[in-house]
Amino acid sequence: MTGHARDVDVLIVGAGPAGLAAGAELAAAGAGRVEILEREQEAGGVPRHCCHGGFGGRLERAAHAWASATASAYAQGGTSGPVYARRSVAAALDAGAELRTGVTVTGWAGPRTVETTGPAGVERIAARAVVLATGARERPRSARLIPGTRPAGVYTTGELQQAVHLYGQRIGTRAVVVGDEPVGHAAVATLRAAGVHVVALVTDQPPRPVRLRSPHTPLLTAATVTGLTGRTRLSGVALRHDDGRTTTLRCDTVVLTGDFVPDHELARRGGILLDPGTRGPAYDAAFRTSRPGVFAAGNVLHAVERAEFAAQEGRAVAVPVLHRLAGTDEPAGGGRPVVVDAPLRWIAPNVTGPDGARPQGDRFVLRTMRRLSRPLLVVSQDGRELHRQRLLSAAVPGRPFHLAADWTDHVDPHGTAVRIRAQ
Amino acid sequence: MTVTLTGPLPSEQDAEGTYDVTVVGAGVVGTAIARELARHRLRTALVDASDDIGNGTSKANTAILHTGFDAVPGSLEARLVREGRDLLADYAAETGIPVERVGALLVAWDEDQLAALPGLRDKAERNGYHAARIIGADELRSAEPHLGPGALGALEIPDESVICPWTTPLAFATQAVRAGVHLHLNCRVQDIASDAEAHTLTTSRGPLRTRHLVNAAGLYADEIDRLLGHDVFTVTPRRGQLIVFDKLARGLVGHILLPVPGPAGKGVLVAPTVFGNVLLGPTAEELDDKTATGSTADGLDLLREKGHRVVPALLDEEVTAVYAGLRAATGQEDYRIQEYPELRYVAVGGIRSTGLTASMAIGRHVMGLLAATGLDLTEPRPLPPVTMPNLGEAYPRPYRDADLIAGDPAYGTLVCHCEQVTLGEIRDALSSTVPPHSLDGLRRRTRARGGRCQGFYCGAAVRALFEEARP
Repeated sequence: MTGHARDVDVLIVGAGPAGLAAGAELAAAGAGRVEILEREQEAGGVPRHCCHGGFGGRLERAAHAWASATASAYAQGGTSGPVYARRSVAAALDAGAELRTGVTVTGWAGPRTVETTGPAGVERIAARAVVLATGARERPRSARLIPGTRPAGVYTTGELQQAVHLYGQRIGTRAVVVGDEPVGHAAVATLRAAGVHVVALVTDQPPRPVRLRSPHTPLLTAATVTGLTGRTRLSGVALRHDDGRTTTLRCDTVVLTGDFVPDHELARRGGILLDPGTRGPAYDAAFRTSRPGVFAAGNVLHAVERAEFAAQEGRAVAVPVLHRLAGTDEPAGGGRPVVVDAPLRWIAPNVTGPDGARPQGDRFVLRTMRRLSRPLLVVSQDGRELHRQRLLSAAVPGRPFHLAADWTDHVDPHGTAVRIRAQ
Repeated sequence: MTVTLTGPLPSEQDAEGTYDVTVVGAGVVGTAIARELARHRLRTALVDASDDIGNGTSKANTAILHTGFDAVPGSLEARLVREGRDLLADYAAETGIPVERVGALLVAWDEDQLAALPGLRDKAERNGYHAARIIGADELRSAEPHLGPGALGALEIPDESVICPWTTPLAFATQAVRAGVHLHLNCRVQDIASDAEAHTLTTSRGPLRTRHLVNAAGLYADEIDRLLGHDVFTVTPRRGQLIVFDKLARGLVGHILLPVPGPAGKGVLVAPTVFGNVLLGPTAEELDDKTATGSTADGLDLLREKGHRVVPALLDEEVTAVYAGLRAATGQEDYRIQEYPELRYVAVGGIRSTGLTASMAIGRHVMGLLAATGLDLTEPRPLPPVTMPNLGEAYPRPYRDADLIAGDPAYGTLVCHCEQVTLGEIRDALSSTVPPHSLDGLRRRTRARGGRCQGFYCGAAVRALFEEARP
């Protein structure tokens, strides 16, 4: 490859909620030349095709306490995803950030230098600080190892929403939605908008007392998808219920929702350390990755949180980035990993600060693999207990819950990893 | 150039009305034969039941360019694989089909397997392959540091390579069509009536008359053969399920890692792909359904168990794709290629997993047999040159080519982010000599929609481009 080389002060990869918020904040703070690169033709990220409410506005202030979100709170209030996306883009541009869409970062050419491809050519961009805000995606059918034939009619929510809301494509007639997280209900809404009959919402989770409901859609709990059938077009989804019964739901469309994984490819290609739990870059309270001057924010860190949570992180990353630019940042590398024991799935941030710095909002975000009724969270290091905290409500898969961060200054900077377990 | 998908077949309306030769089956073997025929001044038809070339066994295999080191010495397969390997390696270099000479290691995991390695090396020698050598545990470990514990040694086959299984038949078909061969898709052969002059094929698109006939119908070769009154062989589909791991796993595997073959067959391998992924598979399941190309929970569990032993870290990587292919087993450990001069007919059956490697040699071999059935081949002429789009990760791809992008910004417009496929490449494929008629066909020509997100990001955009071009 040959091409141009340029220098900027801050390069932000990804113009979704986190990247745009970071760009707006940094440009407004006078960080110099702040450039946001977006590989899609249009900036805004996933909200561009989330044509339901719940974005931004007053609701967002409280949205962080989202574990108790209900279907109505999810679908209404605030503004719609596309409006939110446009607003986020305008805010970044108004603040003075440069935004280039249709430009893909294809790799690294140095510690803080990336290679890009766009219609204008290939380029190398060197930055004094890089913010990775590459977001997350849902695992597709193959990654979920769902056996069977390979017919058409198999979607993730992301593809479905784009097909319906951005391209107006025909989907099918009868659909099954797999996954009972909020995104599954968003898929139901999109299917309805496209005139598709939703046969059922299926989850492998057991029934629980309070859950999101999509009216008029039967909810099948404790049911695992065991296979897909159909030659060219999907003809059915085979299920096994936890009592051993098997059924096949007749349908021509299936939407596999949730099961998000960070888009960590660029981080990993750069040799940046990943957290084994989140599978995003390992990061500390100042959003620093293992590479000095490379920060990360948003759902690349911890798939998947709401847009406004990602945007908050985008705003928060500005402070450590400004320290970096001013040469006043803390030396990196002193943090201890924070790891969780099963059935906890992950914790974020997952590196402690060398100085006992506390994460955004003074708390860590966690996820669990299975439902835990009012768990006791115990924090320890080298067998020494640092903190214990009883949750006031249940922890359920697919929803965040939180751990207070007031133990971080007790961490031994020379000790081993900090462990979190649930009892 | 003639590629048809619907409507009556041209021979019906044509004054002559009869093809000189018709090849049934547009897989890698059928297209290779058609390409050889295209050198001669003949009216040649290539027909296939599906809507694309290479849509059966050819699209779903392990994509290895074999040396033939482990063939049955003296068999027709051994000879055609050996010859075909050199032919295809040269052809790939000429046309831009990606090939990577990664080498293979037959890894011995116990003393019995270790003891079997010298015999395998001797077999390779008898097959005319002299570069195989046995390496010890330490050398093996340094060659493949991510190998699971317990490997005792290996037989190294430095010339085993990986190749693109999709552009190979596409190159053959493109070249054949450009040289005048008629390609008729969606054209299933249902019956054959033969007289002294010609065969009349009853197809799903009407009758087709041809003087000579080549049966390269893969899984259905036995059924075509029976339509001509033979009962020589039966094709038993042998299913192979495979798992494709993400490109980020590519660094875990340097060679094609083969098990030492045992009584149960060649076994499950771990191999790089030319697309930059890692392949795990195949299973070997005897079936009786020629359409059973689905994967199964048991099959995937078995692969994961085997793969975990060979490269444990592989199982932590994301899975990009799962697929299953069917090999055409015939109960005989050799190809079943047979000419019938009185019928002006050549049967090309039992072409199993080595068919991709041997395809060009099979093509040449069949030309000789056709001549023996009375086909006048006349003086061959040169074929029009073709250059295939590069799908290989080890070769320059358009998104990195500043000059190409400067000439046409569409090559700088990425549509499929995971596979870095550009708008220019998608447009080229949609307007190519043998264009795709499905999204899967487009994927096999460009890699679009074939990456880790499987369409989360680009699925709708790629479909929109496809539907715009082929409403």
